[in-house]
Amino acid sequence: MPETSPKTKGAEKEHPMGDPRYKGIDRVLKRQQYQQDALIEVLTAAQEAFGYLTEESMIYIARQLKLPFSWIYGVATFYHFFSLKPQGEHSCIVCLGTACYVGKAADIIASVEEAYKVKAGSTTDDGKLTLIATRCLGCCGLAPVVVLDQVVHGKETPQGAVAKVREVVAGGNGA
Amino acid sequence: MSEVVTLTIDDKMVSALPTKSVLAAAKDAGIDIPTLCCLDGLTDRGGCRLCLIEVKGNPKLMASCVTQVQEGMAVMTQTERVQKYRKMMVELLLAERNHICAACVMNGQCELQSMAAKLGVDHVRYDYICPSLPMDASHERNVKDPNRCILCARCVRVCDEVEGAHCLDMMGRGAQCNVITGMNQLWGQAKSCTSCGKCVQVCPTGALFKKGTTVSEMQKQQDFLIWILDGRDKKIWHWAR
Amino acid sequence: MNREELQAMAQAELDQQQKFRCRILVCMSTPCISSGATAVQEALVEALKAGQLEAEVETVATGCLGPCSRGPLITIKAEGKADVIYENVSSDMAKGLVDKHFKAVSVPALDKNILPSDIPFFTKQMQIVLADSGAIDPEKLEPYVARGGYTALAHALREMSPEEVCQEITKSGLRGRGGAGFPSGLKWDMVRKAAGEKKYVVANGDEGDPGAYMDRTLMESDPHRVLEGMAIAGYAVGAEQGYIYVRGEYPLAGKRLEKAIRQAERKGLLGNRILESPFNFRIDIRMGAGAFVCGEETALMQSVMGRRGQPMPRPPYPAHKGLWQSPTLLNNVETFGNIAAIITKGAAWYASFGTETTKGSKIFALAGKVNNTGLIEVPIGITLREIVYDIGGGIPGGKAFKAAQTGGPSGGCIPAQFMDVPIDYESLGKLGSIMGSGGLIVMDETSCIPDVAKFFMEFCTDESCGKCGPCRGGTVQMLRMLEKITDGTADKDTIPRLEELCLMVKEASLCGLGQTCPNPIYSTLRYFRDEYEAHIMDHHCPAGVCTFSKKL
Repeated sequence: MPETSPKTKGAEKEHPMGDPRYKGIDRVLKRQQYQQDALIEVLTAAQEAFGYLTEESMIYIARQLKLPFSWIYGVATFYHFFSLKPQGEHSCIVCLGTACYVGKAADIIASVEEAYKVKAGSTTDDGKLTLIATRCLGCCGLAPVVVLDQVVHGKETPQGAVAKVREVVAGGNGA
Repeated sequence: MSEVVTLTIDDKMVSALPTKSVLAAAKDAGIDIPTLCCLDGLTDRGGCRLCLIEVKGNPKLMASCVTQVQEGMAVMTQTERVQKYRKMMVELLLAERNHICAACVMNGQCELQSMAAKLGVDHVRYDYICPSLPMDASHERNVKDPNRCILCARCVRVCDEVEGAHCLDMMGRGAQCNVITGMNQLWGQAKSCTSCGKCVQVCPTGALFKKGTTVSEMQKQQDFLIWILDGRDKKIWHWAR
Repeated sequence: MNREELQAMAQAELDQQQKFRCRILVCMSTPCISSGATAVQEALVEALKAGQLEAEVETVATGCLGPCSRGPLITIKAEGKADVIYENVSSDMAKGLVDKHFKAVSVPALDKNILPSDIPFFTKQMQIVLADSGAIDPEKLEPYVARGGYTALAHALREMSPEEVCQEITKSGLRGRGGAGFPSGLKWDMVRKAAGEKKYVVANGDEGDPGAYMDRTLMESDPHRVLEGMAIAGYAVGAEQGYIYVRGEYPLAGKRLEKAIRQAERKGLLGNRILESPFNFRIDIRMGAGAFVCGEETALMQSVMGRRGQPMPRPPYPAHKGLWQSPTLLNNVETFGNIAAIITKGAAWYASFGTETTKGSKIFALAGKVNNTGLIEVPIGITLREIVYDIGGGIPGGKAFKAAQTGGPSGGCIPAQFMDVPIDYESLGKLGSIMGSGGLIVMDETSCIPDVAKFFMEFCTDESCGKCGPCRGGTVQMLRMLEKITDGTADKDTIPRLEELCLMVKEASLCGLGQTCPNPIYSTLRYFRDEYEAHIMDHHCPAGVCTFSKKL
């Protein structure tokens, strides 16, 4: 019925946690039928919804899946994909897989680190850029590889990478 | 299964139930195999690797706590190879965190300390890593000092398996592993903790101890575990009836 | 759907393809996408529209073609003409391509981009698993069926008993492609015979080895082949539920597999009563979340169950007590990729390739200092020389070959003097390396061996799960020693101490990660000891990579 359906939709919008982003978590919880085995999927959904794993979201998941807090925290810190800290507006992922390493990707990391005064694995003080070193993205044919805001750039050089990072950070979307 | 298997451990004939581990069978026969993570009443983890043994006909070393006895098995617990490795592993444990016995509440009663003495570890050939980890004394009764932790997970297991609270768990991975309470919050604020103190009693080192104890004062007793589990198993207590 | 309908579907797809005079295949795997394949495809479609050729020419987004460093790659398949492959295509070449091939206008500028299909890179390969990769659209079911897909499943379900399927796999000599090389048929038979009401089939697509991307390519380029292999496995061992564990870094692979599973379920090729037989089998995807150790089978099962991916002691083996304590068949994605071909073409055909102990073909990800990097599938028993100099086209800049690293952080380096040894599980093991999942990194004289060992040890220190002492503490200490060697602060007895520690970690660790992580050091100490010694004694890095902070 067209009259009532928007209303129920409106009612759904109000999540008991007071934040509509929890709906993303609920969707996965329902799809996985609240099974405890699906913890990693649920945590992934939470990270997608919030950008990182907030403490509240982990408590919420613990309650929904009926798992101990320490269990959730233990799993969230075991996997490198999950971040417990807010991420920067832009991300720069430098691949440090073997092929990229042989292709001197370490120099790229070093030059970005120097240009932005940020250590790999952390975010700049102004929250603009997160620099991440990762182990192999499976694009070894293009080594060394840098991923800026989900866009893969292959056969990169230190200077070129820094220039592209500047472009991305300055212009919002470099692509 | 009432059948009994017979095996030799260090050339001594031993018989045991087929469900038993080599470690348990050896213990029953009065043969000592060193271990730091294994404890009667908790599930076997196979993590400390000190209980490695050699089995005749198998080039691989096996952790005796998770190896079941088999008919005709010939186990050697004190070969040169395993002794050398045990020594190296204790050295690695000592180098990993901050084990300064002279300033430790468990000095004299510590399992790691006595293990090192027993194996003849007189010096450590590796770099001391000494990460500086914060102590947690927020709990009303107990203190957690991760600098003394050997990550044997006895506390995690007892909290989960015997107490059933699962307040403790392991976070991180590799050398960054750490025992946490609740959502990695202060112990005193972790609501799931029942303050039962079991974790303190099973801890082999001075990583968990009673508040107020000072150097060499902390004594731990671990046989309560057998009482609880035996009672549960045989349903000795009939309060409700 | 039944068998006749499957054939009808294949025929319909073939007829559909016949309608077009010509087909343009655009490689759409991650490397080509990142070098701009999407724009190329759009430009081609535009150009065809402009030339009013869209009814005659079809553009197809396919999986990986192989030579990834040359991307974006396109193949032009015209009726009655040989296929033409173009490398380094850009979107502004689209019009020229259309003019040249469909309007008979000569565009000589394009000739330099033609990649001859008779170069050794293609001719020396033998594609079993990757046969359809680069030829079909991985997002559609019909092209796979048109190339004979799912007929192996239909055949197994109708003509073979589970026991016969296991026997066929045993006879083929297929061995686990995850690295250890356990005979697959034996494993299948163990799970089949294991007692248990519920059984599971798990495909290991957690390809954590840096420098290896065979599994990703297979899952991205030909997802249905993996699904078919798993379904046959499910039938053979008596499982009704399968999981594919996909590495978290491969979102595209996860997306394509999910799509493939839905398509197959809709057509009754997965799900309940497959192909109108009493066999039920469903497959779920589990995405990893970034942990190398989850490639180890017991850790992977922990992760599938949503826990910390820490390995469990074996025995009990997964074949007896795996997921939720039930018998579980765990194979690598590439292993499952071989199954359909074995069932259709027969074990004898498969066993005719390879060496005495190892049959079939193996996919390698060729990378590092070599002219043609990319994905290759070669018959087992090929020599390293053929891979590097024929398929790989040699080393850029005419530099000398120094070593090839196989097996990632669990493997070792093979020096130049063993370039003519035929590659199989045993020969690599004897050389102190392993087949591994198939990463093959070529290093030339500018690579410093202790530095490379340090790189792998850094990786292992980072990825150690922390459960057992030897691996947790040992990796940290080994890394420290290597750091000292590469910055010139090590002393004379560092090498024997390092060697001793390597051996201890290798023999005392709980799981495969710990047991193999000293291999990169151990194997290089065997062949390149002089280089380590030069670092320590002379404070000299023969490759000129290391800078020594403290001069003595």
